[in-house]
Amino acid sequence: MSFFGRLTWHAIPFDQPIPLITSLVVTLALVGLAIWVWRKGWWPYLWHEYITSTDHKHIGIMYIVLALLMLVRGFADAIMMRAQQSLAIGASQGYLPPEHYNQIFSAHGTIMIFFVAMPFVIGFMNFVVPLQLGVRDVAFPTMNNVSFWLNASGALLVNLSLVLGEFARTGWLAFPPLSETQFSPGVGVDYYLVALQISGVGTVLTAVNFVTTILKTRAPGMSYLRMPVFCWTALASNLIMLAAFPVLTVALAQLMLDRYLGFHFFTNDGGGNSMLYMNLIWVWGHPEVYILVLPAFGIYSEVAATFSGKPLFGYRSMVFATLTICIISYCVWLHHFFTMGAGGDINAVFGIASMIIGIPTGVKIYNWLFTMYGGRVRFTVPVYYLIGFMLTFVVGGLTGVLLAIPPVDFVVHNSLFLVAHFHQVIIGGVVFALMAGYTYWFPKAFGFTLDERLGKAVFWCWFIGFHLAFMPLYVLGFWGATRRMQHINDPTWAPWLNVALVGAVIIGLGIVLTVVQLLYSIKTRDQRRDITGDPWDGRTLEWLTLSPPPHYNFAVLPDVHGEEAYWTRKQTAIKEEKLIDEPNYQPIEMPVNTPTGVIVAFFASLCGFAVIWYIWWLAILGLIGAFAIFVWYAWRDEHEHIIPIEEVRANARERRRIRMEHLHTISQST
Amino acid sequence: MTAGTEAPAIGLTHQGSEDTGLGHRGPESKSIVVPYGFWLFVLSDMVLFSALFASYATLVHATDGGPTTSQLFHRLLVAVETMALLVSSFVCGLAMIAAKRANMLWTQGWLLVTGFLGLIFISIELYEFATMIAEGAGPQRSAFLSAFFTLVGCHGAHVTCGLLWIGTMMAQIWTKGFQPHIMRRLLCLSVFWHALDIIWVAIFTIVYLIGTLP
Repeated sequence: MSFFGRLTWHAIPFDQPIPLITSLVVTLALVGLAIWVWRKGWWPYLWHEYITSTDHKHIGIMYIVLALLMLVRGFADAIMMRAQQSLAIGASQGYLPPEHYNQIFSAHGTIMIFFVAMPFVIGFMNFVVPLQLGVRDVAFPTMNNVSFWLNASGALLVNLSLVLGEFARTGWLAFPPLSETQFSPGVGVDYYLVALQISGVGTVLTAVNFVTTILKTRAPGMSYLRMPVFCWTALASNLIMLAAFPVLTVALAQLMLDRYLGFHFFTNDGGGNSMLYMNLIWVWGHPEVYILVLPAFGIYSEVAATFSGKPLFGYRSMVFATLTICIISYCVWLHHFFTMGAGGDINAVFGIASMIIGIPTGVKIYNWLFTMYGGRVRFTVPVYYLIGFMLTFVVGGLTGVLLAIPPVDFVVHNSLFLVAHFHQVIIGGVVFALMAGYTYWFPKAFGFTLDERLGKAVFWCWFIGFHLAFMPLYVLGFWGATRRMQHINDPTWAPWLNVALVGAVIIGLGIVLTVVQLLYSIKTRDQRRDITGDPWDGRTLEWLTLSPPPHYNFAVLPDVHGEEAYWTRKQTAIKEEKLIDEPNYQPIEMPVNTPTGVIVAFFASLCGFAVIWYIWWLAILGLIGAFAIFVWYAWRDEHEHIIPIEEVRANARERRRIRMEHLHTISQST
Repeated sequence: MTAGTEAPAIGLTHQGSEDTGLGHRGPESKSIVVPYGFWLFVLSDMVLFSALFASYATLVHATDGGPTTSQLFHRLLVAVETMALLVSSFVCGLAMIAAKRANMLWTQGWLLVTGFLGLIFISIELYEFATMIAEGAGPQRSAFLSAFFTLVGCHGAHVTCGLLWIGTMMAQIWTKGFQPHIMRRLLCLSVFWHALDIIWVAIFTIVYLIGTLP
């Protein structure tokens, strides 16, 4: 083995213009951006306020920026697939050869789930949960930073496969035996495995962090049944992460052992059993869906209550439904392979369990409807997404119930019907919620709202684009179109595929408009300043503090009375026309910044890259580096810095002054 | 909030309470939050091992014509191995008591013995692995052996990390003394070490005892 393992000049795809030009453009853009930031003199700010920050709000923002960047990458894959399927019909072979096309659908799924949906959801949990709980940070602020950078390290490796080597051609879950060395000898599957292992470590640490935060650090008086529903859903989601991600780690580690050391877990020979992989990967894979969708439900709950001007209908049933889904999510995994020979009885059990999970979900839908019923609904962008979600998600849920019936599944499994189903629940359920949350919490993060008209345009692009892109796939699925086809034989499918392509283009327009909305809103931010910190007449504690909140969130931890912490307090203030008495301010201790996360992730990326390319000396170097930085961090003496009482008091008084002014405005207008 | 007043001295982010209840009296102190988080991590580690146990149970008879459990395992060797690990757990408890009394000499001594017993355990395990591989019963031989080496090896890797951690902690206690955050780490270390014991008891039963039943 040579000095650089199996890494040679041939790893760069000089013969494939698409990945080569793409990666060249992206690299140039990144270098250009870095130089621009340097010329502006913003690097120190970025380093102190974001890269090394232990502030949960800034880490949350970094997660969401990562997710939005990766969304562009994942969407580029999507539109290439749609274009290929519209072009490669009958005699035409399209523009993507099979080996390239297979990489694209694998990368699309992997990126969209692990590096778009996951960081987006975790980003919101980071930003919102401590604020809603009325505390100053998560339980383990430094570990939070490490988690983010490990996730970013995984994203980096996946994208590196574009320019060095190749990505997996095995689909987003890399089923063996196809993903074994015998059938996938290249580096593609190794990129997949290593990237997911590194980001998986980050996810487990996130789960530890948030379960501890929610269960052990809440503002005084914030008992369990006073927590906002978003916190409940975040808790459920993190409990699932804690229990499901280790199983993913095991499945991927076993596949790595097969590939790297010639073990026989899932091989065709040596007594290997690829069904073991199916079970393990889906024991993680199905709960993963709920890891994503439960916080989405939480976002809808916040949006529904705030913009209807009413408390959430059926709060306790919402909590109960959330935890029921959390538990049942572990009891349905086998419905992902009804056709793989488990037998009628077992299929029946898992089919029924899958249908039962629809019941608590149905409870939630009715709760949102009854929250809006009789309320003064303000039709803002998040409410558009809420209504769009309910229309879309119910249909997606029903096609899911259909798939949960084993005999039906035998007919449509592995078809475009399935593809349409899970895109309907993930786009209609998760992505709509993320866009709603993005609009809803943006002013809290940056101190000004996003442009409403462009926001609605983005919504319509997603809503119309989604339906055009995926409704035809249901039809094609019924006709027998299987998923992941690089070439279409039947020319009668062409019109439906073309409609789907148009839908994808409209979604693309929505993504472009999101960028336009952001830039336009920044440009015109002075017209849309969120002065009071409560732009939507909110009900939960994040709206108590100013926008953007100070590092420490609250000058004194709020004392919680009643189910809607902030709403109760606000109504009392309006009624009595005065704020609560000025509390006794104390100096505040906050955790110090640390470059540990970004350095650990640097070594993890180095180690991961070395493992992918068999550069063993570099892998060992990476491990030693990571351990060394860990020990260096453990030897630190300074854990917290003190924010002096004068600063706390000055900021708090400024906030009280703004709030008093606001109170006068309200009392004059009524 | 009696403990809250002295909070800065023990490094609290929040003015935490020592209340072990449900947290509705405000954020808990670090001495509760940190071990709680570590327990959750241990829990997720248990899930990891449960997946490895499930894999082993699935593949234990998939020997592909190669050696079976009863041909490979030696109860005596495993008994010594087990005793070493169980005693090390006991000694780790002694180290914790010494640390609580802020006795540097005994803490270091007991931690050293803990690590030494762990080293004996790892050496026996490596000897067992080496013998099996030399006999042609390596992990590449059959799916059963793949599952065996992965399950037992993963536990061994955990013990090795534990040894590294013990060494680091000894150095840290030596240089920094019994500060509150060092004590919290020591507590986490002992939780980790005992958890490895629990997993080993399961391995001992499921892999070795059942595997050598006549």
